[in-house]
Amino acid sequence: MAVAQHTWIGKDIPRLEDPKLLTGRATYSDDVKLPGMLEVAVLLSPHAHARIARIDTSKAKALPGVVAVITGEDIVKHTNPLPRFCPEEVVEYALAVGKVRYAGEAVAAVAAVDRYRAEDAIGLIEVEYEPLPPVTDPFEAMKPEAPRVHENLPSNLVFEKTLSFGDVEGDFATADRVIRRRLRYHRASAQPLETAGAVCQYNPATGRMDVWSNTNMLNYVGWLLALTLKLPPSKLNLIPMHVGGSFGSKHILAKVIAIAGTLARLTGRPVKFMEDRVENLIACENLACDRYYDAELAVTNDGIFTALRIKVVDDYGAYFQLSHGTHGNALAQQTGPYRIRSLEYSVQCVLTNKCQQGVFRGAGSDAGNFCLERLVDAAAEELGIDRIEIRRRNFIQPEQFPYKTPAGNIYDSGNYPAVLDKALQMAGLDELRKLQEQARQQGRYIGIGLATAHQRSVYGPTEFWFWGAAPGLTSVPESVGISVGPTGDFTVTLFSPFWGNSPETVCAQVLAEEFGIDPSNVTIAYEGSMHGLPAAGPGGSRMTVMLTGAMVGAARKLKDKMARIAAHLLEASPEDIIFQEGRAVVRGVPEKSLSYADIGFKAYWFRLDLPPGMESGLEARHTYDHPYLTLPSPDRKDLGAFYPMMAHGAHIPVVEVNPETGQVTILRYVAVHDVGTIVNPKSLRGQIAGGITQGIGMALFEECVYDEQGQPLSSSFMSYLIPTAMEVPKFEIGHVETPSPFTEYGVKGGGEGGRMIAPAALASAVEDALRPLGVKVDEVPMTPERIVRWVEAARQSG
Amino acid sequence: MAQRIPITLTVNGMQHEVAVEPRRLLVDVLRNDLGLTGTHIGCEQGVCGTCTVLVNGESVRSCLLFAVQADGAEIMTVEGLSQGDTLHPLQEAFREAQGLQCGFCTPGMLLIAYELLSTNPAPSEAQIREAVSANLCRCTGYQGIIEAVQLAAARQAVTAAR
Repeated sequence: MAVAQHTWIGKDIPRLEDPKLLTGRATYSDDVKLPGMLEVAVLLSPHAHARIARIDTSKAKALPGVVAVITGEDIVKHTNPLPRFCPEEVVEYALAVGKVRYAGEAVAAVAAVDRYRAEDAIGLIEVEYEPLPPVTDPFEAMKPEAPRVHENLPSNLVFEKTLSFGDVEGDFATADRVIRRRLRYHRASAQPLETAGAVCQYNPATGRMDVWSNTNMLNYVGWLLALTLKLPPSKLNLIPMHVGGSFGSKHILAKVIAIAGTLARLTGRPVKFMEDRVENLIACENLACDRYYDAELAVTNDGIFTALRIKVVDDYGAYFQLSHGTHGNALAQQTGPYRIRSLEYSVQCVLTNKCQQGVFRGAGSDAGNFCLERLVDAAAEELGIDRIEIRRRNFIQPEQFPYKTPAGNIYDSGNYPAVLDKALQMAGLDELRKLQEQARQQGRYIGIGLATAHQRSVYGPTEFWFWGAAPGLTSVPESVGISVGPTGDFTVTLFSPFWGNSPETVCAQVLAEEFGIDPSNVTIAYEGSMHGLPAAGPGGSRMTVMLTGAMVGAARKLKDKMARIAAHLLEASPEDIIFQEGRAVVRGVPEKSLSYADIGFKAYWFRLDLPPGMESGLEARHTYDHPYLTLPSPDRKDLGAFYPMMAHGAHIPVVEVNPETGQVTILRYVAVHDVGTIVNPKSLRGQIAGGITQGIGMALFEECVYDEQGQPLSSSFMSYLIPTAMEVPKFEIGHVETPSPFTEYGVKGGGEGGRMIAPAALASAVEDALRPLGVKVDEVPMTPERIVRWVEAARQSG
Repeated sequence: MAQRIPITLTVNGMQHEVAVEPRRLLVDVLRNDLGLTGTHIGCEQGVCGTCTVLVNGESVRSCLLFAVQADGAEIMTVEGLSQGDTLHPLQEAFREAQGLQCGFCTPGMLLIAYELLSTNPAPSEAQIREAVSANLCRCTGYQGIIEAVQLAAARQAVTAAR
């Protein structure tokens, strides 16, 4: 499919968002300061598992400057449990009630005149704990005799199920070979540089709570927070803020809002609660998946993949807010770009005494890619087929789209061979292999990695519930408003906040394309929950697709009205009005035209010049629903289309590994992505480079480590290591554009591919580097300690 | 309430007199007492560099400095970079090369870059990486930041040669 030519879509315009960010004039949540505002500090549990015998807050309350101190007893009185998306009774309140279930769980909160005073008061709260044995290993936690994280549940194994698609048994029985790997994908954390927080202000006269918070889903699940705060949803005013990064970790933020909101209500004053870094690291309640895979790939001797069987144990931590959503997510693309005809996926979700999971860029599909690509490399090795060739033999071909996967999800479009070809060409494979050979002769270990993997985009909400028997929600919309003022200037209203992506720029480019105007002249407004239309916000790489769809829909409505006004004034037919170069023009009669200012002025001020019966004003709003969502079958043998805009990437990193120190140096990094039609190449490049950098973190550095007692050991940026400019190379990024047939302008999502593919690619590179030593990489992050251990083990066994 | 110490800070050329508790951090004085919220707080552990400001021309993590230690100092924050509506050349370069996404680390990054270019007007890529590695960015992968500093350095050289 040829890529259509556009004027503004695909052009590298400077981002509209940037000037306010560059000058320090964007308002983030912590910048909000209201008269009489109090600040909150929270007491964290030092124990991973303990009963709370007694809390004495009297000394804290007596400290001058302290206005309120609350504990679990108060929170039960004044709030409902935090929202959760699991049917199981895994109940969580904003403060621990009766017992603590992880080290770092909030036990009490203080509101004082400033944060200093609040922290002083925290030190004066006396808590008597009766320690309970912590469960930190998910395999131990599953045993019937294990201490329960939640006594009301029959087991810590909170959910388990197997979904099977196609003739898995038959395909494995007839396979020439079965490739098996046990794999470990450790727990990471999104760690945006801005922590989560909220400023809440309650007005008893109106019953309204205003909330300035970096939460995302104001106009989606925001109403659930009202239920937690015991407010009518119409009285909860969630105000969109600039967000200093999220990467999936700020979707709901129920806990910070519930704590600040409760204190605001009790004190009658505005209250700010911003997490500090320790809280964001150990208690943000949005850590990433923590998985143990047993995976099998059935293959023929020719290297054709026929079936995939995955058993995964996932350590969820102490609560289960998003249920098994990240495994639903992984099922969107578990068989990857390959023609694998059957799939079995068994999941065991286990509760332990750790901070709970949320999502982190990739949302579990990053781990799924790691699992599949490790199997593919293993198959190549065991069958003696080149890693590139075995992928080529199994790729879904460009003419096979739309392609239905064994699980039922649809892949919209793609050209995987073209993406791989481009990556190989950019990498210069022959030269790389020569370099590798020379290095080996010098005793150096250089490895060439390869991953060809998917990045599903535009999530459908069925992924959150199809594992269970009961049906669930099916709406995941996004909305925009476009108005033309009396002087012809355009304003776009967004209903989801700025999260660090480029929603303003995307909308301005689409608007410019639709109306032939200069995108830099577009004004952007944001609306929160008081005036909001349905909008699920950034997540699952959906924003560019969804905003583009919403913009096209709103533009269509607006053009309809403008065409009727113009036709009326120009004595033409509305069907003959076209919009180009900033004017409404009668087709074929270029001298008959009106500027948008002409139309706007009439629309607002000269009602009697408008077509009879037309309302004053010039605005259109549009809610764009998921463009391709179908229901799963009742027997769950077909999950339906739920994540069909399938972007794809091929990554070729080149690394040098020092087997004595375990240090990995990235020499080069080639990444080619196909995200359909590109809207803004530079911002896409930023998404890819930033995503790969987080993938480098996952592959080499980032891990939330706990000791056997459940104590978090990664509680600062000195122990949770985020890549700096010294650890990342200059990225070589290329693009292939295969438009989606299901979206406006053929756009797909591109926000997560970097992080979803890089861990697999780097594991492949390190394994390739250490191939002469016989090391197999089955685990990320590949820390120096682990690499040294693997090398020692390989040397001993070899 | 604890004793407050009167101090004088000159921030972006404007003199401020404030009385602060000895334990009060410079970043809190800048943000809360002077209303200069362009300086952000990332970790309060001295690692991420988000709160970087220039104190007497040198980059400092304002979360690790007590305000009383800065008494009498000349301080520059991100608000001091642009002149009215005109962006500083570094800000222009960051915009052109997309050296930012969410913008939260950006003020600190700009000041690190400003310090680098004022001491080393023609830095190599390795020198830029080393300087920028003082601060964390979670969005960009640093590529746009490195290119922005290179672009600003090149333009500064052209201007200086005129």
